[in-house]
Order: sequence, then structure tokens, then C-alpha cells
Amino acid sequence: MSGPNSTSSLIASGQFVVRIGPFSIRIHSAISSVQQGILELYSDYAILPPDTFCDFYVRLIQPVGVRRFFRKQVLFAFDQFIPFKPLPYAQAFPFFEWGLNWCISGYSHRFLIVHAAVVERNGKALILPGAPGSGKSTLCAALINNGWRLLSDELTLVDRATGYVVPVPRPVSLKNESISVVADTFPFCQFSPVVHDTLKGSVCLMKPPTDSVSKADQTALPCLVVFPKYQAESSLSLSAVAKAEAFMRLADLSFNYSVLGTQGFETMVGLVNSCQAYDFIYDGDFNQASDLFVQLLDDVR
Amino acid sequence: MMPDLLNEYLMIKAKDSIDSNSDWELLLRQARSAGVLSRLAFFWKKFRLFNPPQHFSYHLESAETYWLSQKRIVNWELYNLSQVFKLLNIRLILLKGTAYSASGLNAGMGRVFSDIDILVPKYQLKTVKDALKWHGWLPESMDNYDRRYYERWMHELPPLRHIKRGTSLDIHHNILPQTCNLYPDAELLLKAAVKITDTDYWVLAPEDMVLHSASHLFWGGEFENGLRDLSDIDLLLREFSGNDPGFWDNLHNRAEMLGLGKPLFYALRYATKILGTPIPDSAIEASTIYAGRGKNRVMDYLFLQALKPHHRSCADSLTGFARWLLFLRSHWLKMPLHILVPHLIRKAWFRLADNTKKT
Repeated sequence: MSGPNSTSSLIASGQFVVRIGPFSIRIHSAISSVQQGILELYSDYAILPPDTFCDFYVRLIQPVGVRRFFRKQVLFAFDQFIPFKPLPYAQAFPFFEWGLNWCISGYSHRFLIVHAAVVERNGKALILPGAPGSGKSTLCAALINNGWRLLSDELTLVDRATGYVVPVPRPVSLKNESISVVADTFPFCQFSPVVHDTLKGSVCLMKPPTDSVSKADQTALPCLVVFPKYQAESSLSLSAVAKAEAFMRLADLSFNYSVLGTQGFETMVGLVNSCQAYDFIYDGDFNQASDLFVQLLDDVR
Repeated sequence: MMPDLLNEYLMIKAKDSIDSNSDWELLLRQARSAGVLSRLAFFWKKFRLFNPPQHFSYHLESAETYWLSQKRIVNWELYNLSQVFKLLNIRLILLKGTAYSASGLNAGMGRVFSDIDILVPKYQLKTVKDALKWHGWLPESMDNYDRRYYERWMHELPPLRHIKRGTSLDIHHNILPQTCNLYPDAELLLKAAVKITDTDYWVLAPEDMVLHSASHLFWGGEFENGLRDLSDIDLLLREFSGNDPGFWDNLHNRAEMLGLGKPLFYALRYATKILGTPIPDSAIEASTIYAGRGKNRVMDYLFLQALKPHHRSCADSLTGFARWLLFLRSHWLKMPLHILVPHLIRKAWFRLADNTKKT
């Protein structure tokens, strides 16, 4: 990027286009926390010329009316469509991240999209699906600081044509206690300001590793599905999950499995067949977890 | 104002492809907001009318995939409905998008819709409603005034929603409200309905289908999907006239019989003007007997504004005003003053009262 001022003015005028994995996104906002967030956390991404074809045109705007002056709010707009209720003004940058997740998962049906973090090592992808609170993002943040490449923190995109996982690396979203855990363990990482009192509690975004961003065009073969569960003071436990059950759980966590119909079924069959699946309980020992996953991946042909 | 690319692409004719990325992006945005992206997917795949670059075709395919998933849901609902109607021994007559899609017409291709519309003889409304209740279709919550208003004046029941599946169902007993200045004889529509081959579904006769679509668009007052609806009319006219050389005469006679000549006049006029529908001069000439005296320039201005793609890039400061005027006009056409005025006063009062409660 050429400099903070030019980037901010590009964003303010709707001329800012960033490449994130397979998508070109046009970001338009006059809100300084959004500009600042992009400036800091997206500094490694390719900025494209304003006349690039964009898949998604997103805006963060203030609603009109007297609310401008007290208890300010922010709206997320997908072109001229406003899919959500306004949020408090301070949540503008996390709102951008949530809104973009919504755009991708609702309008990119060439992928089977599963709500899961996904990381890569030696071309093999480790998928970490998880209900909120399972410690998926925390584990993901730890792994990518431990030699794994970030493919995505939220959206696992499985290309229906190839069966490979297509990266869409974005800032890692951390919530509540995990913010300080990750910040203390990896003090050299860069974080956005913490935003409190969101629907998900306190949230903070961690800048993705430069290497993950620059390799965003390298797909990975799905090999391992691990359903993580954080449990304090428990011993590490790993148990195999049968393919049929893994299938049902992944289908349940998919945003568009039912939209894809037969195609979704076939892609999911391919995914589950190429992977081994495990339930994994851990107590927060990231190194141990990482070593275990490396070992499991090595066993996969 | 930016160019209105979408109209060009909704015309059925081979079009020199636009080549700049910005234009493709604009076309994507316009098509998405006008609700016709999945329709363009068919223009591309089935008719080979244009040749999109890959980044654009990804979005067409995505929209098509979504449309197919909607179609699966609707097919399942229709199957369930047909079972109920079979027990009642009443024909299941589909209207609008549901009908185009179920009968495999070109107008059904990529046609998205949010609810299922059916037509039932008025005297059988209660039977149908009661039977559907046992199968999970319940009226959406609504205050008593609105409910009475629907029952007394409208051409449909208050919308039903399926308790488990969430699908919405509109049961009509006519195609325009009873209070409307045009109130066709529903008996004629029912009598002419045709069965879709190899199914348990019925649809309006081709001419009636066009006339319904025309009165819905030009008497309805809502233009958010106006261009899509005009595209429906365009596709219906092309297909029906291609299948049947007598179609234009039949259409004219039918409009006369149902008293829907004026909406037909507008439909033919704006389909040609906006989407280049090939309509024989004689058919256009015949419809002009329904034209208002001297008002056409005003109506042209209003409808050509209102039927632009519903996207900021195509709107100027007068587009919204034109849509608002047409909205008022539709109320004027659909309700005599002694019903309209108290209704509007009540609505305005409640909006006001509601707002003060919130702030």
C-alpha cells in the first residue's frame, strides 16, 4: 500500500479494491475505524486498480436521521441491500468482517462452504469446525503462529469442481477470554482495538501472517477434520469420528449444503472420504495440539 | 447517471459483449438488485445470448444454483398442496412465478419468487383455508382491522405461512381487488384454466396469464421488481405468439372480454419500448383503442422511469418521484375514495403512533 492517506481516501471514495483469496472486494466507507482497521490488518493484501471487476461491493455507512448525533450507529450495505439491523458505531470494523462473511457464504455457491477454521501444512488441509465457544478460533490463531498456514478462520471453501480447499485468509476473529490468551502467548502479533459489548461479547481481530496472505492462491487437499473442544484442566484426548457422523456434522455446519442439493451431497462425500475425522479435547496446550496434528497429517497418505 | 446495462441484457437478442470490467460489475449489481441474475444465467446458458467472462459467470452459476434450490422447495410445497386439493376435489390453479415455473415456460427460467400464489373459486375459499389449516398452513398474525380489510375488499386471503417449513402461500379468488376500477369476472378465468400435462397442476390460459401479469404490474403500484415483471411479460408474449399464430387476436379479444384492455395496452407498449418485444404492428394498433386520450406522454414518462432497473446507478432524482406517483395512482385505481381515505388516515395515524412509542 502506498500510504495511509491515499488508502483512507480510496476507501472513502469507493475506489478501494482488495483481493482476498478468490474474491475481489470493493470497500467503501467514510468511517475512520473501518479505514484504520483495513489499513492495519490488510496491509499485506494485493490492492487492485479501482476499475477491477469486483465480486462484492460493501459499504459501512451511518444511517440517516438524528441518530447521527447521539448513540451513533453503523449499517452494513451489500451494494444497496441492507441485510442487517444497525449496530453501535464502535462496532463498524468487526461489522465489516461479519458482513463480508455473510456475502461470501450467501453468494458463492461454486463452493461448498462449511463454518470452520482451516489451516494447511505441506499442501494438506486441517479443517477445524466448531460451534461458537469450542475454541476453534483460538486454536486456529495458535496454529498459524506455529508454522501452519491460515486458509480461513471462519469459512472453509471447498471447490465443487476440484474438491480442494480454496483459501480466503482474513483477520482471525478472537472473542472474550481468548483475546488475552492469544495476545499474551503471541505478543509480536498485530491486533485491532478490542470492541466491547457486541452480540458475541468482546471481539478483536488478529492480523493474518504475511505468508498466508501471499499464498492465498495455493489450494490445499483436505486431509483431516478435527472437531476441537476446549476444556480447562482436562487431559488431551483424541477419538476417531465415523465418516457418516462426520458427514452429518459437517453438513449441519455448512452454510449452503442444502442450497447445493445433489452437488452439495457429492462434494461432501468427496470431502469426508478424503479426510480422517476426530473429536479432540484439549486444555489449551497449543504446542502439544500442533505436534499431534502434524503427526496425524503425516499418517495421511 | 451511469448506463442502464441491464435492459440491454434482458432483451432477447445477441448483444455485442461489453468489455470493460467496470461495466460487467455494474451489470452484476443491476441484475442482482432487479432480481434477474438467475434469469440472465439462462440467457447465457440456454440461449447463448451473450458470452460472459469467467468472473461474471461464477455469479450467474451461483444465482442459478440458488434458484434451483428454491425450485426444489417450491416443487415440494406444490406436491403437498396438490395432495390436499385432490382430497377436496378442487383444481390447484397456480398463478404468476409459480405458474411459469411449474409449466416449464421460458418466463419460469431463473424466475425467483418469495411466495406461492394460487387461485381458488371464491365460494370454496373457506373449504380450502380450513383444509390447509390441518396441513400446517396458518394465517400470519395480523390485527383485526387488516384482517377484515383483506376479507372485505381484497382479491386474496391474508397470506398463510407453513408452520414448519415457513413457506408463504397467497390464496387469490381473483386477480385484482374487488374495489378496483377493473374487476374481471373470475369465473371466466377459472373456466379457461388449463392443466399442465402430466401433473396435477393447472394454470391460467396463455392469454389470461399475460393479462394477469400486465394488470399486476401496471395496476399494482410496486416497482421494485418492475423490470423483472416486464421481462416475464416479454418472455410470455414471445413464447405464446411463437406457438400460436392466432395468439394476438385471442389476446385482444380476451382483454376485451375481461375488461383488461388498458393494462394490455401498457404491457404491449412498454414491452416493445423497453425490451424490444417483437409485437406485430396490428396488435399494437388494436390495443390503442384502450389508450387514454392525450395522457400517454405523461404515462410514458412515469412508466419508463419506474421500470428502470431498481438500482441507484439507473435512478435520477425523478425516478423515485415517478414511482411514488404511480404508487398513489395504484391506490386511486384500486379503491374508491370512500374506502381509500379512511384507510390511509388510519394507516398514517398508526404509523405516527407507532413511531412515538419507539422513540
